[in-house]
Amino acid sequence: MSKRTVQFKIYRYDPDKDEKPYMQDISVELEASDKKLLDALVRLKTKDDSLSFRRSCREGVCGSDAMNINGKNGLACLTDIDGLPQPVVLRPLPGLPVIRDLIVDMTQFFKQYHSIKPYLVNNDPAPERERLQSPDDREELNGLYECILCACCSTSCPSFWWNPDKFVGPAGLLAAYRFIADTRDQATNERLDNLEDPYRLFRCHTIMNCVDVCPKGLNPTRAIGKIKEQMVRRAV
Amino acid sequence: MNVAKRTFDAVIVGAGGAGLRAALQLSEAGLKTAVLTKVFPTRSHTVAAQGGVAASLGNSTEDNWHWHMYDTVKGSDWLGDQDAIEFMVRKANEVVVELEHYGMPFDRTDNGKIYQRPFGGHSMNYGQAPVMRSCAAADRTGHAMLHALYQRNVRANTQFFVEWMALDLIRNSEGDVVGVTAIEMETGEVSIFHAKATIFATGGAGRIYYSSTNAFINTGDGVGMAARAGIPLEDMEFWQFHPTGVAGAGVLITEGVRGEGGILRNASGERFMERYAPNLKDLASRDVVSRSMVTEINEGRGCGPDKDHVLLDITHLSPETILKRLPGIREISIQFAGVDPIKAPIPVVPTCHYQMGGIPTNYKGQVVVPKDGNPNVPVSGFYAAGECACASVHGANRLGTNSLLDLLVFGKSAGETVVEDFKSGNLTLKPLPADAADVSLARINRLETQKGGTEVHDVRLDMQRTMQKHAGVFRFNDLLVEGVEKIKEVAEQAKTTQIGDKSKVWNTARTEALELDNLIEVAKATMISAEARKESRGAHVRDDAPDTAENPNGRDDKNWLKHTLWYSEGNRLDYKPVNLKPLSDDVDPIALAKRTY
Repeated sequence: MSKRTVQFKIYRYDPDKDEKPYMQDISVELEASDKKLLDALVRLKTKDDSLSFRRSCREGVCGSDAMNINGKNGLACLTDIDGLPQPVVLRPLPGLPVIRDLIVDMTQFFKQYHSIKPYLVNNDPAPERERLQSPDDREELNGLYECILCACCSTSCPSFWWNPDKFVGPAGLLAAYRFIADTRDQATNERLDNLEDPYRLFRCHTIMNCVDVCPKGLNPTRAIGKIKEQMVRRAV
Repeated sequence: MNVAKRTFDAVIVGAGGAGLRAALQLSEAGLKTAVLTKVFPTRSHTVAAQGGVAASLGNSTEDNWHWHMYDTVKGSDWLGDQDAIEFMVRKANEVVVELEHYGMPFDRTDNGKIYQRPFGGHSMNYGQAPVMRSCAAADRTGHAMLHALYQRNVRANTQFFVEWMALDLIRNSEGDVVGVTAIEMETGEVSIFHAKATIFATGGAGRIYYSSTNAFINTGDGVGMAARAGIPLEDMEFWQFHPTGVAGAGVLITEGVRGEGGILRNASGERFMERYAPNLKDLASRDVVSRSMVTEINEGRGCGPDKDHVLLDITHLSPETILKRLPGIREISIQFAGVDPIKAPIPVVPTCHYQMGGIPTNYKGQVVVPKDGNPNVPVSGFYAAGECACASVHGANRLGTNSLLDLLVFGKSAGETVVEDFKSGNLTLKPLPADAADVSLARINRLETQKGGTEVHDVRLDMQRTMQKHAGVFRFNDLLVEGVEKIKEVAEQAKTTQIGDKSKVWNTARTEALELDNLIEVAKATMISAEARKESRGAHVRDDAPDTAENPNGRDDKNWLKHTLWYSEGNRLDYKPVNLKPLSDDVDPIALAKRTY
């Protein structure tokens, strides 16, 4: 792929100088080696160093560069720049307060993650060696533990937009089920108690936006369904 | 500018594997601890480690720490300190089992134990055959580990300062470390973190090279801060080029691919590693494999239209194995190489990956410097662990999976040392010097006011291209000599960087300029140390130090069996002896020998 120019429309807001946000029209000429949207943004930043976004690993595992790309949440580093309809419209993740440009305040998102006690609870004295777990039991954690906390899912969820303080959201609930599903964890009952609430779990209306946008191909809706199943099972 | 002051028992800079492991030690012991991190903890680069963490659990093949120690010393080309290496390999089972107890989702063997796979340079019975020593969670071991460590810290109520970048180390007139300055990215405010103990766990600086597996954030912040504060940097000429970065993109493909049976092939489809390492073949040590690949390419046996890469082939593995053991690699390969490895081989080239050198420490995590004729005197109040530190366990070449082990063992060890010093009353809050924040404020102010200067991205690119050309996989005397002059010029350019963005809020242009100050220290240290070391050892192989009977593989133990110490001031070099004596009498020193695989 030779040199080509990409047109952007980017949400800009610097509270230090802007009264209100605006959409900036800007284009950039790419080098042949620029393959991903993140490459284009890094290139763009050599033109306008005030453009602000988070980024780190550039390979889809750290979860820093989540943003709204042409109306859909995704990771800039895993999005091919060629083939994106232009102008490429970039906005910060929806539903969270904007700090600056494409950088959002993720406090509420992490608060919900922390609220599910995202750590293994096992009160037996620690054995000298590893706790045993069969390959099949370990298999249950696949599709759950790989979450990178990018917030693409929760910030695409209408229920999270309406009640970010009360609804745990898909990322937090996926993490909750990751521990419920772990045969080494002993706190399933407490975890279910913690979620048995009209908002925390039950605001999920299986809209499935989370599944649609997850850059790791995970399925929070299925995990939420499993939590609901466990609640029903323990009630009867 | 008004500078707020915060006081803690301990401040940890960095929240990757080493920082989080150290933080657990302190939080669980009840010390008032601040963890500063420029990214949310789970975004630290430990997250990108793939293949596993070494421990001689012996779950699938017979194993013991003696073999692990031998492999590590040999891998280091005898530049590793044998006391620190013994300490690390003997702690391995303990720290890995702890992680499992924290909830880390390791893969499992049929009998429910932690799954282990073979890895480069790890062998049974002192080099005889590959051993299964790498404890793995699919090919996402670093991700699983970092999240487990963060989660355990949530349980321990560790206090994080997220998106705070440390700027400078604060030392008093005696040279004791009394804290750091840091900038809060969201507000642009500078604060002083005054502490009895300061632990650096800031990771590596792989971004000094143009082609790197490292994240954007790997800018050697702790190493740069230490250097500017007068602490020497140890063995910075030794950089690991990982054999399998995706050609063009630089993204890492784990050695675990070869551990699961992957084979490197040249243009004619030949398994060329059989010629270079008849015994361990594709699982030879990383420096050996990278040099073999570059030799194949240089001699015209590379693949593709430009013959500029080789192929990593796993098409002979069953799709089930690939999907179960290497799912992340498949994703990366499809994303960044445009190839599904189930169907076609992955184009790969050696890519800068890991910094073997760093801030000199002992096995307790104390930072040590030469003083009054003693080469290893602890700096009061200063500790370091993980990639930013040099204990030295990796010497001239690190074995795969020993980095995750390093950060667990020495993160914990640094934490334990601080807790012990704290409890014994050896740690006190020493007064801050009156000018504690002046250096940092001057750096910020210069960026505010600089006019007619250089662009950060131009200087950074100059540095990266200079390092790539002059201090790569193979090193040449004339290129090194020229490289020293060039990197000094680049360092001059870095003194006048200017930024267009003057906002206080989340100013990433300013962050990148401040990071460049740290990268430049590392680049100078690397080039100058490399030019000076007139032998070949481990990852440092030069044209004028060839393989001879007297100096096997070009290694000159008579003159160069010693650690380099580089001081930023005046680019001064000093040297100190390698510790060839293990920590205990349970093991004999691993005697010097020629390295073959």
